[in-house]
Formats: sequence, structure tokens, C-alpha cells
Amino acid sequence: MIWEAVFQPFAEFGFMRRALLGCVAISIGATPVGVFLMLRRMSLTGDAMAHAILPGAAVGYLVAGLSLGAMTIGGLVAGMAVALLSGFVTRVTALREDASLAAFYLISLALGVLIVSTRGSNVDLMHVLFGTVLALDDAALILLCSIASLSVLILALVFRPLVLECADPQFLRSVSGLSAVTHFTFLALVVMNLVGGFHALGTLMAVGIMILPAAAARFWADSIGGLITVAVVVAILSSLTGLLLSYHYSLPSGPAIILVAGMAYGVSLILGPVGGLVAQAVPRRHSET
Amino acid sequence: MSAAIAFENLTLGYDRLPAVSRLDAAIDEGSLTAIVGPNGAGKSTLLKGVTGALAPLDGKVRFGSLSRDDIAYLPQQSEIDRSFPLSVVDLVAMGLWREIGPFGWLGRARRARVDAAIAAVGLTGFEARPIGSLSGGQMQRVLFARLLLQDARLVLLDEPFTAIDARTMTDLIRVVQRWHGEGRTVLAVLHDHETVRTHFPDTLMLARELVAHGPTSNVLTAENQFRARQMCEACAGPPHDCGKSAA
Repeated sequence: MIWEAVFQPFAEFGFMRRALLGCVAISIGATPVGVFLMLRRMSLTGDAMAHAILPGAAVGYLVAGLSLGAMTIGGLVAGMAVALLSGFVTRVTALREDASLAAFYLISLALGVLIVSTRGSNVDLMHVLFGTVLALDDAALILLCSIASLSVLILALVFRPLVLECADPQFLRSVSGLSAVTHFTFLALVVMNLVGGFHALGTLMAVGIMILPAAAARFWADSIGGLITVAVVVAILSSLTGLLLSYHYSLPSGPAIILVAGMAYGVSLILGPVGGLVAQAVPRRHSET
Repeated sequence: MSAAIAFENLTLGYDRLPAVSRLDAAIDEGSLTAIVGPNGAGKSTLLKGVTGALAPLDGKVRFGSLSRDDIAYLPQQSEIDRSFPLSVVDLVAMGLWREIGPFGWLGRARRARVDAAIAAVGLTGFEARPIGSLSGGQMQRVLFARLLLQDARLVLLDEPFTAIDARTMTDLIRVVQRWHGEGRTVLAVLHDHETVRTHFPDTLMLARELVAHGPTSNVLTAENQFRARQMCEACAGPPHDCGKSAA
């Protein structure tokens, strides 16, 4: 019974194993970045960046068709351009980061939809928007795993300045010149992981695996290490469950994975011990100190 | 005594509107100086000019034996995100940044110094507390502990005792006096003249321009305070209308 429901799909079908590996890679790479996005109150920035990637991927598609390399490079270039331009505008003008980012990503998105619709069919647009997790080839898997590894490595390198940049940016600026470097490195991490994620889940759903597990983790852990651990576990379990649901009930896999993560968030919101609804309603004993 | 910082015809401001105008003054090394003046007199702006966060519109800040790396600065409104999952130890240990940088190991000896700083501000036992659970006064103690670890030769405090209880203030003033005893230069923006009279030997009174600078008893006179208020009322409109300081 359990064998048939949980293990058989993966034992029998290579595409399911590939999908799972791809999703685990994305979970390990993107989810810790999502935790920092949440802690920096930039959860919606992830969404904006995901839209910004679209025209790059579209230009890549225009030049080389459904080519992994061209769409990846296009996405990276477009994402970094929007991140750098909006960061630049924020630092030299009075416009706040959310407004400048919104301006650039909206321009970018309109451009992307225009390019896709002049040349591609609706099927292609759906591919870019919603990904093809059940059709990951070797090259795509290698790309996803490389991005995850690189992302974890970079995050480890910038971890301390990043924590400081999130918690007390003024202090970081007063003791070190790393503030701007840290900020842009972090945005680069966001773009990189979204580009990786969109091959599997699409540009829009890739944000889901970044943010939802992080938001769920907030109700279970109150240290950074704890948050990252819980978020990655939630992301992996959501991927597994989502893939199985999509297999058994013929659902589109990307949205299924994200909806499971969404349910994990909902359950955490209600039952989570750190500020969850139940925990708030039940009076607690006072701690010693 | 040599000057730790010298302001030379210093004009600071935002969007080309001066908030501090043509200031000439020298802060002696090892002095404990209060900066006083009416609201909008440019007190906080002056500290930002010293840290380098604000570039002078005119004139300069000259450092004598010190450099900008010797500065520890406590802003009036810290940008600390209190909901960020950090413990008291985490936040205080940030004071060691110049020593350990992004990769250095905290280690046992440094951890002992972190604990000593926490003890010095009376927060022993609070080490593991998340910063989000602290009261305003406790948070200010934590920030002072971090300043202690920064081990800076020049300490800048912007209204450090605002909105904290008397007990906390007494404890924190003891920390300030300890810095003074160790020969560090301390500049503090303060509102309460009673505190200034009791604890600060020197005072610099500012009303966009320098009103007076010297021993506190000579500076905090009724006449100077009246003059400062008048000068600031003259500046109550847009700063560029402010009499000769705009010239």
C-alpha cells in the first residue's frame, strides 16, 4: 500500500526520480535564500525578481528556441540588470527600493510577454511560466544541482555580513564597507536560484518554493539556523508530496508542489509553537528569567 | 592636550540646505563633551558629519591622532530590526566585528569578553534572550555592551538616555564615566541639562552655528540658552532663510 503510493512511482519511472532530485536541489539552494528574503521583509521582492527574469528567458528562447543554456543566461542577465538598476536608482535618488524595483520589473515583464507572444505559441509561454519538472533532462539536472551547490557556498561566505545587513544595516555600514557588496551578492543569489527554479517550476512557481517554506518555518523556529533547517525540510517534503499527488491524481506538478507548501504554511500558521494561532490563544506559563 | 577632532568652518546639511553652519571648534582628546541645543540645532547632524555618513558642504572635520576607524557610534534611532531572530549575545558580539570580520572565530577568550561586556551593563542572565523580548531600557543596555566591545577611542552617543528609566540611566552613565576614565574621547548629544551639569565636564552648545564651547558651567548659562533659542527661532523657517548662516 505505502509502497505503491509512495515508492513505486519513483522506482518505476525515471522522470519521477529526476523531478524529485531537481526539486530537492531547488529546496536546498533556494529555500535558505527565501528565509533571508523573509527576514529582510523582502518576500515580495522575490516575486518581482521572478517577473524580471521573464524577458531574458524570452530573448534566449527567441535566439535559440527551448535551449537550456540560452534561457538560463538570458534570465540571469535580465534578473541581474533589474537588480542592479533598481539598487542603483535607490542609492542615488530619493526613490525607495520597492518603488524602483517595481518600476523595473514591470517594464521587464511587459517586454517579456511581448517577446514571447510575438514569436512563441501559448504552449511555450506556459513552459516559461510554469516549468517542466516532469521533463528535466541531464543538462537541466546538472544545472539545478550546480546552482544549489554554488548558492549554499556563497551563502556560507556572506552569512555573517548578511545577518548584520538584515538586523542592523547602520551598524554594518559604520564598521565595514561590505554593506553594498553584501546586498548585491544577496540579490544575485535570489536571481540565480529563481533562474534555476524556473526550469523546473516556472518563473512564478519558483518563488513559491523560496518563500512558503520560509514563512512556515517562522512558526516553528526562532533562530536563523533553526529557520533554515525547518524551511529546507518543509520544502523537500512539499516537493515529495506534491510530485506524488500530481502523479496519482494527474495534476500539474509545479502548482501541486507549491500548494502542498502552502498547506504546510497554513498548518504552521495554526499549530506552530512560535506565535501560531493556537499557541497565542493558549496562555503559557512564564519562563524563569 | 591635543585635539581629537577639529571642526574647521564646517557646514553640514541635507539637499544643500545647511543644518550646521560654519562651525569652528576643537574637541580635546580624552574629553567628555555634551552637545546641547534646541531642536533642529544640528546636533545629530554634527555626529553624522563626524562618522562620515554625511559629507561636509563646506569646511572639514579634521582628525588629530584618531581616524574614522576609531569611532563607535550609537545613533538616536537605531535601524535594528527587533523582530530579527538574534539573541543578546549575538548582537553584543557584533561589537567585535573589526577584530573578527566576516569569517573570524569567536573563540573562548572573545566569548569571555562578550560576557564581561554584558555583565558591565547589568544584563548577566539575559545572554540567550531574543532581542525582540527586551524592553527599551534593556535594549539600550545591550547597545552599550556592544559599544564597550568596539573598544573605540572616540565614542559618539546620540541622545543615549532618552526614553529610559532612571536606574538604567545611572548604570549607563557609569559606563560613560568608565570610558572617560580610560582616556577615551566621548561626544554625547543630550537634552537634559541637569545630566550635563552633573556628569559632563565640557559642553558644546549649538544652534546651527556655534553658541558656546568650553567648561560646562561657562556654557550652560541662562544668557547662552536664551541666545541659542533666539538663533534657532530665527531659523524656524526653511533653513536657507536663516539669516547670515545662509550667506
